[in-house]
Amino acid sequence: MGAYQYVAPTSVDETLAVLKDAAARGERAQLLAGGTDLLVQMRGLDRAARTIVDLKKLAETRQLELGEKETYIGAAICCAELYENEALKARYPGLLEAADLIGSTQVQGRASIGGNLCNASPAGDTIPALIANGAICVVAGPDGQREIPVEKFVVGVQKNALAQGEFLLGLKLKAPGARTSDAYLRFIPRTEMDIAVAGCGVALTLNDEGICTDARVGIGAVAPTALLVPDAAKALIGTSVDDDALAAAGAACTAAASPITDKRGTVEYRRRIVAVLCKRAGAIARNRILGV
Amino acid sequence: MSKLHVETSINGEAVEFLCEPQQSLLEVLREELDRTGTKEGCGTGDCGACSVLMDGRLVCSCLVLAAETSGHEITTIEGIAQGDGLHPIQQAYLDNAALQCGICTPGLVVATKALLDKNPNPDEETIRYWIAGNLCRCTGYDKIVRAIQDAAGRLAHPA
Ligand SMILES: Cc1cc2nc3c(=O)[nH]c(=O)nc-3n(C[C@H](O)[C@H](O)[C@H](O)COP(=O)(O)OP(=O)(O)OC[C@H]3O[C@@H](n4cnc5c(N)ncnc54)[C@H](O)[C@@H]3O)c2cc1C
Ligand code: FES
Ligand code: FES
Repeated sequence: MGAYQYVAPTSVDETLAVLKDAAARGERAQLLAGGTDLLVQMRGLDRAARTIVDLKKLAETRQLELGEKETYIGAAICCAELYENEALKARYPGLLEAADLIGSTQVQGRASIGGNLCNASPAGDTIPALIANGAICVVAGPDGQREIPVEKFVVGVQKNALAQGEFLLGLKLKAPGARTSDAYLRFIPRTEMDIAVAGCGVALTLNDEGICTDARVGIGAVAPTALLVPDAAKALIGTSVDDDALAAAGAACTAAASPITDKRGTVEYRRRIVAVLCKRAGAIARNRILGV
Repeated sequence: MSKLHVETSINGEAVEFLCEPQQSLLEVLREELDRTGTKEGCGTGDCGACSVLMDGRLVCSCLVLAAETSGHEITTIEGIAQGDGLHPIQQAYLDNAALQCGICTPGLVVATKALLDKNPNPDEETIRYWIAGNLCRCTGYDKIVRAIQDAAGRLAHPA
């Protein structure tokens, strides 16, 4: 058995070289952002030695850019720092609400959106909100950069689409127009510090007449991975996002869900609750656009 | 096994130490540096007993690798009081009987400092959300909330 190592490379190339070297020696390397999943796993069932590669010294994972057309969120920025950015919160209130739900004040001081996504838990709170916002994952690898739509990034329970030697640099999101907004809601039995029983992110665009011209709905904790629900979007587009349209979108979420029963909730309960969350999140996103 | 050499700042003092790559900041504080004010409750981010400030931001020292502190500024419970007297936050905890066994108290005092530095006049809901990651098995939290409100008043109007 080898020993633990810690390295903090300062460039993308250096990071890729560390990953390549470890692979060539047949050793395990693991990327570190905030460590709020990784350190817990290291103290639990997964104690084997490895090289820990800290990503927080890279400009690309720490950078936050609010461009005219696009937003770039570095993969390793902690949720507390994101939440303190009022301009970012104004662009994606739902995504930032999801980030603000992760653990405690202490956990948010470290936890990143990139780590939440890469950890690929079915209940990861930011993932449905990223899906609703149509985020694009920017991935660095030995052959240069590639982009993956976020709904294709998580491929199974605790499995992401990164190949060996690759890592997530950041997320690109479209800058929303004045008539676009989002919302995220999760259900937990307590008010803080718990894992979602179900979650739903909704992003909407309305025209000047208040008719929905674009929608995306993401659901979490009700399937092995968070899912994009195209049928829920279809139920909303062309409507004024009234109660009937929201109920139809909710029903589409129930139909898309394939949850499990565990101590947090049964299959039946999760399928119903995800519809309720969709209806409420959709109404919040709509009201945000209408300013009511 | 080669140890890592880390240079950091703890409570305003330059500190150097050697650590294993997988050691947490909490372990190094308590076991290598004899700063035992910071407590371990769970070791997995759930209880907040190990709370410290890293560059002014509240974090669990059990979820930070000691190696990650290189070049950063750490504040622990030992750095809260200035000189021989207690900090007004500590005095408010005592005066409001906001502790019993005391295991959670260092983490809560550090969390209170972080809150009041950011928001000198928080309402009760803000306080309760802020300390949701600090578990206390003894007090039932009400006295802690009152101590934090009292501390906010003392800091706003020093005697
Ligand atoms: C007390 C507590 C409460 C929590 N509550 C919640 C909650 O309410 N909701 C929730 O969703 N989560 C919760 N979590 C889990 C965790 O905090 C989040 O998943 C967090 O977003 C992980 O981010 P991180 O930066 O800490 O990731 P890390 O722990 O650094 O990394 C997580 C995983 O992703 C990999 N990784 C990280 N960054 C990259 C990258 N850029 N490229 C490739 N791989 C990468 C790591 O190798 C690791 O496998 C909680 C954790 C704790 C300890
Ligand atoms: S010991 Fe760190 S949170 Fe419990
Ligand atoms: S006083 Fe005992 S845990 Fe809080």
